[in-house]
Amino acid sequence: MRTRISEYAARSEAFVRDEPEVREAVSGATRVFDEKRRRAYGEVDAEAWRRWAERVKNHLLTHLDDYLAEAEARLEANGARVHWAGDAAEAREIVLSLAARLPAASVVKGKSMLTEEIGLNPALERAGIEVRETDLGEYILQLLEEPPSHIVGPAIHKSLRQVRDLFAERLGTAPGSDPDDLARAARDVLRDAFMNADMGITGGNFLVAETGTVALIENEGNIRLATSLPRVHVALVGIEKLLPRMSDLAGFLQLTSRAATGQPVGTFVSLIQGPATRPGDDGPEEVHVVLVDNGRTDVLRHEHAWEALRCVRCGACLNTCPVYRQTGGHAYGWVYSGPIGSILDPGLLGLHEAMPLPFASSLCGACADACPVRIPIPELLLAWRREARQQGLTPWRDRVALAGLAAVASRPGLYRVAGRTGTRIGGTALARRLPMLGEWSRDRAPPRPSPRTFREIWREGIE
Amino acid sequence: MNVALFVTCLADHYFAEAGADAVRLLRHLGCEVAFPEAQTCCGQPAWNAGATAEAARMARHTVDVLADSEAVVLPSGSCATMVRKFYPRVVGGGRAAEGAELAARTFELGEFIVHRLGVTRLGDGLAGRRVAVHQGCHALRELRLETEPAVLLEGAGAEVVPWEAADECCGFGGLFSVKMPAVSAAMADRKLDGLPEVDWVVSGDPGCLLQLDGRNRAPGGSGVEFVHLATALWRGVGAHAD
Repeated sequence: MRTRISEYAARSEAFVRDEPEVREAVSGATRVFDEKRRRAYGEVDAEAWRRWAERVKNHLLTHLDDYLAEAEARLEANGARVHWAGDAAEAREIVLSLAARLPAASVVKGKSMLTEEIGLNPALERAGIEVRETDLGEYILQLLEEPPSHIVGPAIHKSLRQVRDLFAERLGTAPGSDPDDLARAARDVLRDAFMNADMGITGGNFLVAETGTVALIENEGNIRLATSLPRVHVALVGIEKLLPRMSDLAGFLQLTSRAATGQPVGTFVSLIQGPATRPGDDGPEEVHVVLVDNGRTDVLRHEHAWEALRCVRCGACLNTCPVYRQTGGHAYGWVYSGPIGSILDPGLLGLHEAMPLPFASSLCGACADACPVRIPIPELLLAWRREARQQGLTPWRDRVALAGLAAVASRPGLYRVAGRTGTRIGGTALARRLPMLGEWSRDRAPPRPSPRTFREIWREGIE
Repeated sequence: MNVALFVTCLADHYFAEAGADAVRLLRHLGCEVAFPEAQTCCGQPAWNAGATAEAARMARHTVDVLADSEAVVLPSGSCATMVRKFYPRVVGGGRAAEGAELAARTFELGEFIVHRLGVTRLGDGLAGRRVAVHQGCHALRELRLETEPAVLLEGAGAEVVPWEAADECCGFGGLFSVKMPAVSAAMADRKLDGLPEVDWVVSGDPGCLLQLDGRNRAPGGSGVEFVHLATALWRGVGAHAD
């Protein structure tokens, strides 16, 4: 998997310096999401809900093989077909062969990060199939040929002005159109796509093992259409997205909605049990569920990272993250960005490929408080940092500096001299040319050392 | 109570007077204050960088230096968190119990005053002063010290003005601030942009104060002062000449 993760530091710095419009759009939108989430948590005993959800997911993840077998049996009994994809290539191949069998000339898609993860759209297009994203944000990005920058709001890095210009150019809307007009113009295009599509492709928020039910939450109605109008519906579901029982689903639908958008529950919830079985029934003739691993069982085996598999992809950690708010998601260089991306990507891609994401955090911990399934994100960042250090993936300069610090800090006399010298240099012109002090001083006034250290004051006596 | 002050690297060099004010404040509240002079760095920079061996070396040194005292008090929420939350795991080398023992008697300054000394009323030395509180992330979310700084400042006569971004990270994050300077500075700006009209921004964390002050003194900043909690509270006692 080719990513741009290794460019993270340079790209995030560039986003902040060169693209104020991105920062403006992202920090505005995420702050609204975050405030709504806080309010929605405040309306319920969020702490109890989160603890419950954590327990359910932990139970699921520690009995995953049993629940996957149960889900497969229930889905097949409901008349759905189950496919197993070990990696991204297998998942793409399964969807391509389903499309070829029809044959499908066009597909409509509901928003799905998993299909981004496996690179599905380019594969379909290479096979000559017309792909139409039907989530408004995803549709905007498809026109721009950009990847999503946020799990829930894929186009939150775009301003109204940018969308207005895009639609004026591509859809012929009036230059000063308001958001309602823009949505209407997109709806006209998308309606035709829905009516003509041979196949609908979605992800799945949850898959209930007990009943073989794929659950999808949305606000636009496009997923409802994509799962019911075309003859064939294909749902791609990560194997960690299972829930044991139907009774778990009610809680997870509400908790995920509150965490993601601050809604008591999403505007539309679709529960897909299988294809239409009798003439006159609603729904597609065929329902296929593709269960995708693509690195998840490796993550499950990891001593620490397995906890990231509780993730329900609500985006709450992105919305509350002060780093994500400044850079947006593209800086992170792959599908999953923000705090969850920084702990999940090393597991899914391998730590080497995901460097330096575990370091893309001030460890402020806001994400852990927002997470509806209580993933200890700062702890997992630290765990990946330790592993990066062990594997020699951290910069040699850092290793030398920290070894030096430890050596100095174990010798109080040396520490005293070094500390005094360091702070004196910090205020001089030389500092700007030194590592660390130079970076500090580029965007900030130089630090002002105390005239006397505390040690000196203490020796002279404190009145 | 016998208290050892663990002044921390940043306070030693950049907020030395705040360290002295912490001593004055603790003495004023009836504590016997010691300063074990062999103390150095708690090891947090290494721990946060994944360098466990280096962190353990510094932690073991600290455990040795701070062995004899009823309580250890730090004028830093972040370093207090390092000792309290992480030392039981960091120290290692068969000495985990000593790490846990030190952790159990370690406190951030404001926390110590409110919860160990049971004091919330200090004086009225800050009467008429408008202050905003910056909540250091570690004190807030790891030690759950949500109200302590504001309670103490109000207990010293200050008017604590609500700051919408009070609980957001200032962008310091130790090495983060020099690894990603532009993002770090933008995080500080986001906080400073929403700062209400106040005389002081008060925080119990030297790192955050360095960051916010450094950014505020860059071109375009305001005239607000960034004051350590220890200094603010000692001024609040009001028993000494201003």
